[in-house]
Amino acid sequence: MSFLGKSLLDTDSLQPEQIFFLFEKARKIRDRKSSPAQNKTVALMFFEPSTRTRASFEMAAYRLGCHVLNLDPSRSSVVKGETIEDTAQNIEALGPDCIIVRHAGAGMPQQLSQRVKIPVINAGDGMRGHPTQALLDAFTILEERGRIEGERVLLVGDIMHSRVARSNFNLLTKLGATIGVCGPSTLRPELLGQKGYKLFTQLEEGLEWSTVCMLLRIQTERMESFQIPSMGEYNARFGLTPDKLRYFRDDGIIMHPGPVNRGVEITSSAMEDRRCRILTQVRNGVFVRAALLSSILGVEV
Amino acid sequence: MKQLFKNAHLYDPASGLDGLGEIFVVDGRIEKISKGSAGREADEIIDLGGLQLVPGFIDIHVHFREPGDEHKETIESGSKAGAAGGFTTVCGMANTNPVNDSVFVAKFITNRAREKSVIRYHPIGAVSKNLESKEMVEFGAMIGAGCVAFSDDGRCVTDSYLARKTLEYLKDYNVPFIEHCEDCRLAMRGVMNEGRISFDMGLTGIPHASEDVIVYRDLELARLTGGHIHLAHLSSRHAVKALREGKRDGIRCTGEVTPHHLLLTEDDVKDLHTNFKMAPPLRTEEDRKALVQALNDGIIECIATDHAPHSVREKGVEFSQAANGVIGLETAWSSCMKLVLNGELKYARLIEAMTSGPADIMRFKDRGRLREGLLADFAALDLKTTWTVNPERFQSKSRNCPFNGWQLQGQVAKTFVGGRLVYDREQNR
Repeated sequence: MSFLGKSLLDTDSLQPEQIFFLFEKARKIRDRKSSPAQNKTVALMFFEPSTRTRASFEMAAYRLGCHVLNLDPSRSSVVKGETIEDTAQNIEALGPDCIIVRHAGAGMPQQLSQRVKIPVINAGDGMRGHPTQALLDAFTILEERGRIEGERVLLVGDIMHSRVARSNFNLLTKLGATIGVCGPSTLRPELLGQKGYKLFTQLEEGLEWSTVCMLLRIQTERMESFQIPSMGEYNARFGLTPDKLRYFRDDGIIMHPGPVNRGVEITSSAMEDRRCRILTQVRNGVFVRAALLSSILGVEV
Repeated sequence: MKQLFKNAHLYDPASGLDGLGEIFVVDGRIEKISKGSAGREADEIIDLGGLQLVPGFIDIHVHFREPGDEHKETIESGSKAGAAGGFTTVCGMANTNPVNDSVFVAKFITNRAREKSVIRYHPIGAVSKNLESKEMVEFGAMIGAGCVAFSDDGRCVTDSYLARKTLEYLKDYNVPFIEHCEDCRLAMRGVMNEGRISFDMGLTGIPHASEDVIVYRDLELARLTGGHIHLAHLSSRHAVKALREGKRDGIRCTGEVTPHHLLLTEDDVKDLHTNFKMAPPLRTEEDRKALVQALNDGIIECIATDHAPHSVREKGVEFSQAANGVIGLETAWSSCMKLVLNGELKYARLIEAMTSGPADIMRFKDRGRLREGLLADFAALDLKTTWTVNPERFQSKSRNCPFNGWQLQGQVAKTFVGGRLVYDREQNR
């Protein structure tokens, strides 16, 4: 049950009680005014560029009164091409209380955690996972829809390459939600059907079915690798427009992990829709990450 | 020099030999094999104490990193690793640095092997200059310099026309074209078998079709040309099916499988240990079973290790960036014994696939069997002893072994090349 001193590498290892424990803490942090002074240091190691996840973790650490050590691996002695063993020894020698790592290589946080004694938090590893994003998404669904169990969550777009999708599949099904996926066949593996997820080729049908619509970011390199013919065609089929939104229930919510490609995954006018919770996700991200950090570090809230 | 190998259980299914006997060796060749006592005067008597004596193992697919990456393996260290695994002949792939694509490099390697190798080492030449599938190597001259086959292994011959012409040209020399069957566009930047596990792990998958399409292409080219295609390290059950059909149609085709593809599956990748990363990747249990079945049936006639040494610099990084390949010489026979002991693989097939099978593929007429007139290359096997795999104790310079920590029953006790002892486990303890 306790998070104290533990790593968070994926969503697989989380029990529902633990998840709700974090959510309770996140609410406490959200509703609290002052921050307790603490003498803990978290190291942020982002091998891959990221603005919002990094900023969210920094804000979360500040909310707890923790120090933040920003390591830019491209500019320090910890460089690409070093063995993981060497990276691990170097960072541990600096003496932080935990490591938050983002890396392009799937599984790198796991490999790192096998070699250090302090906890490791996965802040996104390649296509594999983004557990804190899944936690903040689940928290947002719970707060905005009042429940997770029984919700029908539709993920739209590039499922194949999305770590957000992988972590959400795992976490949300564990909490009793039903998953649907929608996107071009090139980016929506058939094997998801074997997992019991509903597959939609028409966004309108998916919207009619779902209570939560989670859009995924589509990257331009997907065109070069023959996954989609053009952004225009993608938008026409799977972009969320006011027209398609007519198929979506009134009390449903629209989510997106960001950053949004306006005019591709969602049009500007659809972003203005009152069902849109994209900024709520960003706010919740800080609380959920603070809840996780305080639990892992043993910091009083 | 006359030697008598006595008190051995002689075993060679290809020669129908299975029982106690003695082998009389004169100047490195088998002079006489007898069931009872040979009754001849010898300069040296080698008492094998009841060990099983089989033809020295032949591995037609190794990567000794000389020239270029001697920190991973040299011809000397690799040959010692081979000897420790019971191998008396190995054939080295051409993807060294520089690539073995010229008479100059081939001669360097054969000279080096003559000076440093404790077992018989033969280079395999590249098919194309710098493995680029653009320009043919001088096949004839390179055969003259000691090359016994041709392969761009590590890469596939991507140009189908070059593959065709290679098969045609090599017919004159009666040596095989060995293909690394992998359509690199389909394999993309994949790092493991494509499937549910790769999806869940967020790792880019390599579909079995990347192997299958090249296997089918090359089989059709062999049908067209009458050339001999040898399919290296098969991993896909569909490719196995193609080979089976090719043989039925009378195409000159042979196939090999590695111990790791016979023993491991994509499930082993879950812990992200980079010693489970190789090309082709470990596939499903269904694929593994099909490979074992084909080996039992003789459709795959050869086990080859694809011994691919890498240092911690290439392997100690994140899974997606780690180099492909594992070492296998020192565990090959013992690891495959696991399949014999659990009833999956016939012992006769294991021995054939490491002796007469590879010898026939490479047209080594002077070895691969216990037969009078052939080279006195032997492996003496202890079928009882159980040991724990510890790469720190290997002869190889590298440690990238997927069987680290495995308990194996059956151990190579001694290895002889031309009657000369080149490995003795007593001295390695």
